[in-house]
Order: sequence, then structure tokens, then C-alpha cells
Amino acid sequence: MKRLAWTGFGTACVFLQGCSGWQSALDPKGPAASELAWLIWFFTALCAVIWVLVMIALATPLLMRPLARSEPLALDSGADRRKLRVVVIAVGLTAAIVVGLTLLSFFANRTLAAIGSDAALTIRVTGHQWWWEVRYEDATPSRILTTANEIHIPAGEPVRLLLTSTDVIHSFWVPSLSGKLDLIPGHINVLDIKADKPGVYRGQCAEFCGAQHANMGTFIIAEPRAKFDAWWNDQLQPAGPPASDEAKAGEDLFLSRPCVMCHRIGGTPAGGTVAPDLTHIASRRTLAAGTLTMSRGNLAAWIADPQGVKPGSHMPVVELNGDELNAIVAYLEGLK
Amino acid sequence: MRHGAAMFLFTLLTLAACQREERDTRPQSSLGSGEQPMPVTTLEPGGQRPSASDNKAASFEANAFHLSEGKRLFSWFNCSGCHANGGGGMGPALMDQKWLYGSSIENIHATIRDGRPKGMPSFRDKIPDDQIWELAAFVRSLSGNAPSSAAPQRNDDMMPHPSENRMPDAATLGKSP
Repeated sequence: MKRLAWTGFGTACVFLQGCSGWQSALDPKGPAASELAWLIWFFTALCAVIWVLVMIALATPLLMRPLARSEPLALDSGADRRKLRVVVIAVGLTAAIVVGLTLLSFFANRTLAAIGSDAALTIRVTGHQWWWEVRYEDATPSRILTTANEIHIPAGEPVRLLLTSTDVIHSFWVPSLSGKLDLIPGHINVLDIKADKPGVYRGQCAEFCGAQHANMGTFIIAEPRAKFDAWWNDQLQPAGPPASDEAKAGEDLFLSRPCVMCHRIGGTPAGGTVAPDLTHIASRRTLAAGTLTMSRGNLAAWIADPQGVKPGSHMPVVELNGDELNAIVAYLEGLK
Repeated sequence: MRHGAAMFLFTLLTLAACQREERDTRPQSSLGSGEQPMPVTTLEPGGQRPSASDNKAASFEANAFHLSEGKRLFSWFNCSGCHANGGGGMGPALMDQKWLYGSSIENIHATIRDGRPKGMPSFRDKIPDDQIWELAAFVRSLSGNAPSSAAPQRNDDMMPHPSENRMPDAATLGKSP
């Protein structure tokens, strides 16, 4: 029995480890997530107390010896009235608690809605099967920036996200920063987020959207304002000229093969918008929406066999020989 | 016992229907490369030779998955820019009975791969071969040449009226809600 208890305790510890880190609703890093985490803990604690009380109330009469009565069928109006009082009080308490919890979540909702009322930055996040298109809005058209899968935001400032989708319903969820909100085709949902401190927070599609739903991750990278502005300016630059002969050959291959039909690389004729923008692909942390970490080897693996890495994804297998693959990888690796 | 056997057979039959959307997303080299030369005309001296057919044709034509992928690529690659959802515009219509260069999937595949005079560009090397087959299968389905169990539906926005569940209620028809 004791060993069982220890095993249970150990297992619980292992699971609780999952409650911290860069993707956890119980490890809040922004005002919305803090509000939600507080609600989770308060609801859980209150419901736990109620559950224990109910169990005690149930167990007491079960374990108690029944009173011996001389006349089992005799009416005892005094006891009946006492019981009625207990029931009325219990019903009243239940109603009060339910109303109280409803009010709590209502006020939490109001707090969430107020977070981004003065947001200076608007980002349009469009869900695709199975990646995220990220577009930074700006009054100056030349400063509008499109990238994919990674959302850089200034830390400590509220940011407004306009969520929509082009194919099926997805759901945007960065547990450390806020609750989930669906991305619905033909409709724009507004989600305001704020990260208190700089850091990297992982997000995940939270609405089953097809075969590769599990491999539809995103990263929110919160940076100090100055660093964020520098990042934006860097990303607006077109891709530089290829650094080596191999990379130059890779650029030519990229432009003469199917890659060019779907992807965009700023500064080249490649202008497809149905797949992630690759102008600065090597500056991102991951490939294929958080499926692989960014590295030369993973780039090559992804291009050589996308259907093995992410079966069902819309990236087709393009027939390339070894030299061609190496050249294209050398080119993409230089797109910082 | 006999009921059991009947049920078993029925289940087998039902499972057979799952083939209609078998999802091969990697090119099958055993089916050929799709590089067979496709004659531009059927006229030739010395009698007609047996018509060329590609092994890939059959595996793409009646497959719901490939047809719907073809539909997606049709809009992704802006075929509608000239063919306007199949109705025709700058380019010829794709949903009528007229086929300038042959109606078989092999003909359409050759048209997309190699282009045709007066405007149809060649997509050789720009679209992987399997994706060209998917597009060709979808183009054939536009004129009703694909089994209805596999052909993709027409988009809602192309319907002459809203879908049934979005129609105004008959009781309130003509009145503001």
C-alpha cells in the first residue's frame, strides 16, 4: 500500500513537470494567462473543498450505526423540519456558489477583453493546413510584412491578433499568454495578447484540422521594443544575393523548379503566396510549423521527403538529384 | 451462421469503397514517369496505332483524393486566371463537350505539361508530374467525366443560389427578419 502511494506520488510529480515551461496554462507569462490561471486554481480549489464536504456528508450516515427506534413508523415532525432546513441551506449555498463562479468568469472575461483596447500593433494570423501565415499590418504599405509560423511581438505591449483561415477551422492557442480562439474561414476573430517579459512561448493549433494537426505549432517571440523594431526592419529587406556559387546554383534551381509556384522569396521573381514566405527562412527557429528544428540537415530532409516528415502536407515531393538538393539547401540556408 | 457470413461479406464490400480516396502522396515510380510521348493528332499514315495510355491515368482518374487535390491546385496555380473556374474566358472553357486537343486524361496531362499554341503555358518542371496528373483528372471532372462518387463538389460561391441551409426561411421569405 505504501509503495503504491509512493508510486502514485512519483507519477504525479512527473506529470506536474509538464505544468511549467514554454507551453503551459499553469505557468502564465502574460495578463490574460494569469487571469485564466487564477480562475483555474480558484475553481479547482473550491470544487475540491465542496467535493470533500459532500463525501464527508455521504460517508457519515453510511458509517454511522442507525438509531434504534421503538416506533419506526412514528412521525417525527421535528426531525423532518431539521432535515428540510439542511436541504434548503444546501440548495441556497449551491445556487450562491454557481452564481458567484459565473460572476467571477464574467469579470475575468472583461479583463481579457480590455487587454488590447489600446493595442498599437495589429497582426493578421491566417491558418492554413498546416501552417500559420503571419502578416504585420502597417499604415505604410511598404512596411507590411508577411512571414510564417513565428510571431515576434514587443514585450510588455498589448498586441491585437486578427485570426482567420483559408481552408478549415483552426484554433490559435499559446497557453502561456492567453486562451484559445478559433480561426474560421470567411470570418475574423480578434484576440489580444500581451507578454510581460521577453521570452519564447510555444503555441499549437487547438482544433483538429486534418492529418497534420499535431504538427501545426507556432512560436511567439517577445522581445524588447528596440530589438523588435530592428527585427521588423531586417525582415522587410529582400533576400540578399547568394553568397557562394553553390548557393547561386540553388537560386537558379529554386526559380526553375516547382518551388517557385507556391513560395515567395523577396527580391526574386518567386512570388507564390499559397505557401510560407521563405525570404528569411533561415532566421526562423523551426521548419514546417514547428515540425523540425532549423538546420542544414533538416532542410534537406524536409525538401527531399516532405511526405515522410509530415505525411499529407501540401508540400509535394519534388524530384531532385543529390547535387541539386545540396545547392537548394545551400541557397535557403543563406536566407537569414 | 449464414447471417454472420452475409454480414462479413457486406463489411468486405463496404471496405472496398474505401479505395476511392486512397491517398498516395509520394510519386509511384512503378506506375511510370508520365513521360510517354503523347501524339498531338490521331491522324497518321499506315493505319492508327493503338492509343497510348499511361499507367498513372487509371490510378488518378477515379480517386477522390487526387481529384480534390487537383481542385485545390487549380485555384492555387491560378488556372482560373484564363479558364475562369472552367467556364472559359481568355482561355477555352473546360466544362463543355469541345476538346481541342483530345479528351483523354493523357491528352490533358500533355497539354498542361507541354503547353499549347496561342497562350497555354508549359508547366514542365514547374509542377511535379503527379500534381499535373491531379490537375488533369480534375479538369476532366469539370465536364462530368469523373465518377460522381469521386468528383469534388462545386464551391458554394459558384452556386446560383445559397445552399439549402442558408436559404431564407419560406415563412419569412420576402419579409425582413
